[in-house]
Amino acid sequence: MMRFNTLITPPADWMSGGQTEHGAVLTSRIRLARNLRHHPFPGWAKRDERNAAFDLLRPAVEALPVMKDAFSQQLSDLNSVQKQVLVERHLASREHAARGDGSGIVIERRQTFSFMLNEEDHLRMQAIRPGLQLQAAFEALSALDTALESTLEFAFDPTLGYLTTCPTNLGTGLRASAMLHLPGLVLSDQIGPVLQAVGKIGLAVRGLYGEGTESLGNLYQISNQSTLGESEETIIRHLERVISQVAHHEQNAREKLLEDDPEMVSDKIGRAYGVLSHAHIIDSKEALNHLSLLRLGGSIGIFPADTEALCDTLLMDIQPAHLQHHASRKLSPEERDSLRAKIIRKRLQNHPSPATCPPSNDSHPPTGDLPSPDES
Amino acid sequence: MKCDFCDAKATVFLTQLVEGQSKKVCLCEKCAQERGVTDPTGFSMADLILGGMTAATSQGGEGLPDPPPGATKKCPTCGFTLEDLHRVRRFGCAECYATFREEIAPMLRGLHRGLSHVGKVPEGLMALQVKHQRLQDLRTRLDQAISSENYEEAAGIRDETLRPAEPPSPQAPAAP
Repeated sequence: MMRFNTLITPPADWMSGGQTEHGAVLTSRIRLARNLRHHPFPGWAKRDERNAAFDLLRPAVEALPVMKDAFSQQLSDLNSVQKQVLVERHLASREHAARGDGSGIVIERRQTFSFMLNEEDHLRMQAIRPGLQLQAAFEALSALDTALESTLEFAFDPTLGYLTTCPTNLGTGLRASAMLHLPGLVLSDQIGPVLQAVGKIGLAVRGLYGEGTESLGNLYQISNQSTLGESEETIIRHLERVISQVAHHEQNAREKLLEDDPEMVSDKIGRAYGVLSHAHIIDSKEALNHLSLLRLGGSIGIFPADTEALCDTLLMDIQPAHLQHHASRKLSPEERDSLRAKIIRKRLQNHPSPATCPPSNDSHPPTGDLPSPDES
Repeated sequence: MKCDFCDAKATVFLTQLVEGQSKKVCLCEKCAQERGVTDPTGFSMADLILGGMTAATSQGGEGLPDPPPGATKKCPTCGFTLEDLHRVRRFGCAECYATFREEIAPMLRGLHRGLSHVGKVPEGLMALQVKHQRLQDLRTRLDQAISSENYEEAAGIRDETLRPAEPPSPQAPAAP
């Protein structure tokens, strides 16, 4: 069986593969919730009932061809840093990481599929892809779901669909979400209205706000709320359309910023690069906000295009548990801030500075027709 | 500003838009850490915060059916009651949905776009789906017959609905 280090050391396939047509969309994630027909839901089950369900689920999931040589563990066999790393990597939910005996996780080698056993539901299956690929992710995951049906009897009601522990997931049991990077909308103060509009049409938008400032790292997640009364395809088509529109707004905002105030954009990106390349102590929040600008620089041609992938990998590697896993020990917040700065400096060591990278010649495909900041 | 979960000074502010309504949660550094709010990628934290927020902002249990005083209905399979639903906001087992079908219907209206599943169906359950559909159709016809006072036909349809579920007839296989 796969060891934790073997699983986690390489970045996930979806973390650095974001060379898709929508530069603003980092990842697409699909989650399906399923329960066993004849077993009480995990939160209500007694210990032996939970274990009985687990003993049924684990071999069934491990037997899926895609899970050959997968990482498979009971949560009680993982330490707190390992669990936290899985949370930071989006491979386990935070609630699941808090569980122990009788709960488990099976993760496919490339970290594309992750199955949580005895989470809130008996089975929470997840597929992650880079860029905007919700439909493809769903199809891949749905095939695994169908394969499991031959060995597991899922709780299903003709009217209510797949029966889930929480009524918010009834029906399809589907949660589709995408992670978006929206610095253009934030810098141009348009983020509020855009997100309001998305919220009004029944989708959930989540972002993290510091007091009086823009969201951390300009990262936002858009997902469906309703799971009953619409087919999976309808839910996903709707969501993909909205996400494309938001990505399009982001694109327009970036173009407009470069047209109206190229000096401001270059200054912000240049300063972010300066801080990240030379800081010796940096907390998560500061690092994420600067990395967001560095990533923006990558997508508008101020840096080479692979800067985006570099940022997406760093985004993960500078988080608290990843740092502690890297150091192989618990670290105080101060120690983490130092190590974080060190890792970032190292990754940026051979990275071209903004001045040596003329924006007009080496721009990224999705923004290829952007005016160069120097031209206006 | 104070933390929504304890009395410490709030330093983390999370805003979430659901169905056009913006909900704000204020947390102190410690609670934010504990609840995973500081997870900057905001991906996996989402479900958790949703849970935390429901607890923090809607203590009245809005949308949930009121537990009837006195008489408590119990799920015959797992012993779950409506009080339990109020407390944990989760069900006990698959059978609970049959037990509390009527009670949860109003709640579902507020949560979802529809009340009937139209998505994927487990293959083995296709036959069941067909059977269910047949019953549904018969009931509709029965209602129509009664409302048009065609009692003879109504009686015939009723007899049909009472007949035990028969396997799909050879001429009309469930899965073509």
